[in-house]
Amino acid sequence: MKPSASQTWPLEAPDWILNGPEWLNDLGYDFYKSFVFDDRYQMYIKGLGNTLLLTLLALLIGVALGVVISLIRVSWDKNHTEMQGPGRFFLGFFNALAKVYLTVIRGTPAVVQLMIMYFVIFASSRNKVMVAALSFGINSGAYVAEIIRGGIMSIDGGQMEAGRSLGFGYVATMRYIILPQAFKAVLPTLANEFIVLLKETAVAGYVGLTDVTYAGNIIGGNCYDYLFPLLMSALIYLILVMFFTFLVGKLERRLRSSER
Amino acid sequence: MSADIIQAINLEKHFDGGDIKALNGVNASVKKGEVVVVIGPSGSGKSTFLRCLNLLEVPTGGAVLFEGVDITDKKADINLHRQKMGMVFQHFNLFPHMTILKNMTLAPMKLLRKSQAEAEEKAKALLERVGLGDRANAYPSQLSGGQKQRIAIVRALCMDPEVMLFDEPTSALDPEMVGEVLEVMKELAREGMTMVVVTHEMGFAREMADRVVFMADGKIVEEGTPEKIFSSPEQARTREFLAKVL
Ligand SMILES: Nc1ncnc2c1ncn2[C@@H]1O[C@H](COP(=O)(O)OP(=O)(O)OP(=O)(O)O)[C@@H](O)[C@H]1O
Ligand SMILES: [Mg+2]
Repeated sequence: MKPSASQTWPLEAPDWILNGPEWLNDLGYDFYKSFVFDDRYQMYIKGLGNTLLLTLLALLIGVALGVVISLIRVSWDKNHTEMQGPGRFFLGFFNALAKVYLTVIRGTPAVVQLMIMYFVIFASSRNKVMVAALSFGINSGAYVAEIIRGGIMSIDGGQMEAGRSLGFGYVATMRYIILPQAFKAVLPTLANEFIVLLKETAVAGYVGLTDVTYAGNIIGGNCYDYLFPLLMSALIYLILVMFFTFLVGKLERRLRSSER
Repeated sequence: MSADIIQAINLEKHFDGGDIKALNGVNASVKKGEVVVVIGPSGSGKSTFLRCLNLLEVPTGGAVLFEGVDITDKKADINLHRQKMGMVFQHFNLFPHMTILKNMTLAPMKLLRKSQAEAEEKAKALLERVGLGDRANAYPSQLSGGQKQRIAIVRALCMDPEVMLFDEPTSALDPEMVGEVLEVMKELAREGMTMVVVTHEMGFAREMADRVVFMADGKIVEEGTPEKIFSSPEQARTREFLAKVL
């Protein structure tokens, strides 16, 4: 055994590091303490799972919320001049509510919303993933709503007229004719929202949720050395983003080739 | 047979708070089985008139009676009445995300509660009749303009309408495709379909119209048989217009 820098290493290094070339020793030791010792790599796996689950749930909630909000906004804009009675009152009420929601959500940082959600509104819940998914979902819904609204408005007005002239009501025309086309039009943008969301969930550590970022943070703290742990977190995001960007590109090409 | 199926009473449509008077007191009626062709200069209110008949445009005054029922009445179920008024648009407005067959069967299945087999059978028979039997599974983007418009016509026919409304059905077509669409419309007219047609195709008006209505400035200036309107129009405004288009 070579007497190397190992004297300064607080952990006992395994032989595979000490037997390697000397110039690799320090690097090997950093790698060892960041990922191997104490099975620390498992925290990244847990973090990766949480990040993906959180992002997926948030997107689902966001899309559901976004569809509802965008429909309220579009219906009100298109129909309120001709409406009357209680229908107009309710739609107007929900439209006002939707506007407040959009303003508040887009006007405050996601991380503050998350903390309010976890420490105040759901202070009694310890299910961090669910609370965070709800918070990010509500946040994402505001952006998804505007994406879908744009999609709906991009559909030619003749489509609504054709549907109505056949005898479909406004809602049925939306459902069978407008929304399917609008969704198809914004699918790549929605997929991009997933990628954006993936990175935005990186603040989940503020409520102690072990995601990819928080895993790096904790391990860095444990080793008194943040370089490797945080680089690993960054690397995981980078690989995920590149992978999903690749998928979105494929999706776009597929949609374009099926284009009319 | 001679009962009025559509009656427009003192129809008025103002846009932008009264700044634009697209229709200014239009009285008109359409009898069952009649082919009425509406002509007139651009901006005279032809489209607005036609679109008021099925309330795609809500009139700001007057009333529309369809089969004797005032459909401008708040209590009338306009969706139900529209099922019986087919409409064909200048720009076809086929549903691009659906096959031709789906375009044609959607409304009968959802609104008339027809079974898929029943709806498809009727759709295929209609496609056959307009010479597009082999395009049932194509998407609208794969069709020419003339084919799209023929599909749009039979899509409306799938609902078994009492009346067909046409708003310049051939204006967006390349000249060589106008004929095939007019042919379908002529056949429809010969079968006794009630039709209101806004068009610049004076040949069609002359040949098929039971009555020609000339509009200008949001009003009906003159109406009558094609012979009368085209050969001996009474109004100077009509003569002026015809001199330009004939
Ligand atoms: N949605 C609308 N908003 C404002 N003005 C309108 C609207 N639709 C039609 N108009 C106006 O109403 C008048 C009649 O229009 P309309 O489309 O009925 O004419 P048209 O006879 O069909 O003309 P064209 O032969 O060009 O189709 C025009 O002055 C037009 O600008
Ligand atoms: Mg017009």
